[in-house]
Amino acid sequence: MSFPAGVFYVFAALAVVSALGMVLNLRNTVAGAMCLVVTMISLAGIYVVLEAHFVAVLQIMVYAGAILVLFLFVVMLLNLRSDAFSPPRSRIAKLAGVALGVWALVGFLGLLPGALPPIAQISPTFGSYRDVGLSLYRTYVVAFEVTSFLLLAAIVGAVVLAKRRLS
Amino acid sequence: MPFDVILKVLFIVLVGVAAFAPVITWVERKQSAVMQDRIGANRADIAGITILGLLHPLADVLKLIGKEDFVPAGAHRFLHALSPIIAALPAILAFAVIPYGATYQFPGFAPTTLVGADLDWGLLYIFAIGSLATYGSVLAGWASNNNWAMLGSLRASAQMISYEVTMGLAVVGVFMVFQTLRLTDMVVAQDTTFRIFGFLETFGIVQTLPGWLSWLRLPFWGVLVQPLGFVMFLTCIMAENKRAPFDLPEGESEIVAGYFLEYSGMRFGLFYMSEFIEVVVIGALLATIFFGGWSIPYLSQETIIGSLEPTMGAGLATALCMVAHVATFLLKVVVLIWLQMQIRWTLPRFRYDQVMDLCWKIVLPLSLVNIFVTGAVLLLVETAK
Repeated sequence: MSFPAGVFYVFAALAVVSALGMVLNLRNTVAGAMCLVVTMISLAGIYVVLEAHFVAVLQIMVYAGAILVLFLFVVMLLNLRSDAFSPPRSRIAKLAGVALGVWALVGFLGLLPGALPPIAQISPTFGSYRDVGLSLYRTYVVAFEVTSFLLLAAIVGAVVLAKRRLS
Repeated sequence: MPFDVILKVLFIVLVGVAAFAPVITWVERKQSAVMQDRIGANRADIAGITILGLLHPLADVLKLIGKEDFVPAGAHRFLHALSPIIAALPAILAFAVIPYGATYQFPGFAPTTLVGADLDWGLLYIFAIGSLATYGSVLAGWASNNNWAMLGSLRASAQMISYEVTMGLAVVGVFMVFQTLRLTDMVVAQDTTFRIFGFLETFGIVQTLPGWLSWLRLPFWGVLVQPLGFVMFLTCIMAENKRAPFDLPEGESEIVAGYFLEYSGMRFGLFYMSEFIEVVVIGALLATIFFGGWSIPYLSQETIIGSLEPTMGAGLATALCMVAHVATFLLKVVVLIWLQMQIRWTLPRFRYDQVMDLCWKIVLPLSLVNIFVTGAVLLLVETAK
């Protein structure tokens, strides 16, 4: 097993374990959120193995460093300590969960070797901020601008909703 | 070569963390004493020898180790123990990408660069690592099961997230000018000079500058080409460090001691040390981005080595140049640490709404204007050439 593959398996295992930790940590929301932080950081590690350095940095900066801090902020502000809310115990929800899991597993097995396209050669500058920036502002400029417009709409919507509650 | 990597790591840890940080706790005490017209820390002694109070950091450590390691009732024990470590680690890790010397070619050796890791995205690495430091203060307050500590955590998380955004935008102008995010390249780009009135020639206002005007040169430092960026970045990064005037998460007159209220002994010591390690990191980062890092103004690396080489040979000339560069870098860091101390003891604490207004209503729009103006100027220079 090569070194990058070893690093990949370490981070992949960490991502899976911490994701399970987040889902199963029903009693303690803050611990669950911290598990999600570990998942995000392990994903960033996997991106580094895949040579996507810029995406890895953004993963840590945006998801682990900003969005999840906001999650924690909200959780702490509501101060939901243990027993504040119980997990859904209805049988239908459980069955639906199992069915969804099986469906995802079948879909994943279909992707295993054989179904994968051959691996393309990447350029030496692949994943650098220059490459990402150029393709973002040249090839995908329309999609980029539409996304920013969507985010702006979401921000304005959030402010409008929050202000209505205040007054 | 793993040997030189070990040497570099040792240098960074010994100088940045082990030597600088304890000494600046002493500098902080002396600085506050000077500002408040007191004598300052001078009592700790070994057999009557005080060395100007420099033994105080040692006495501090002994005191902290001797204290009871207290965990409050109802605290989340694991996160309570983990958060001082999360607070201290990012500050130490940030040193990895800060260059403290240039690339040197000793005869008979491969060229070496004096930096821990020469990353293409070095500046982004610092932002990414720095953004994780928020968890240290946020979790500390929550895990302590104390309402004052919780309030401190809420203040810390809101303040740090807000200033992270503006901190990133404040330096965009700098990497537009230097065209790189790699910190070593950024310093190399600053190891030169520019003509103060050179723009007259570029834009064709005069055909050629008269001789004496073209001799007026300034070092091509970030602070001179991006003065507004420097002021905004300094503001944001001091707010990230949560020291006065931005020490609202601690706010001892309002919320006792904020997020580290329930910490004692070495756990508190770790929070305390991480604050001072951050001061050193900030000094080093400001020196690298805005004050030319290791570069000596008006004496570029080629000039130094080129003028020394005929008399003393390539090896000795390179070694002397290296020593001069590292010394210059450390001198700049010391001056910038002093600047932070001066600000910390000059300004009183802001009100919380003032902190948020400063971030979102003043610094953020100004940084956007700065990016726009920098872009426009760069475009004009490109077309005029």
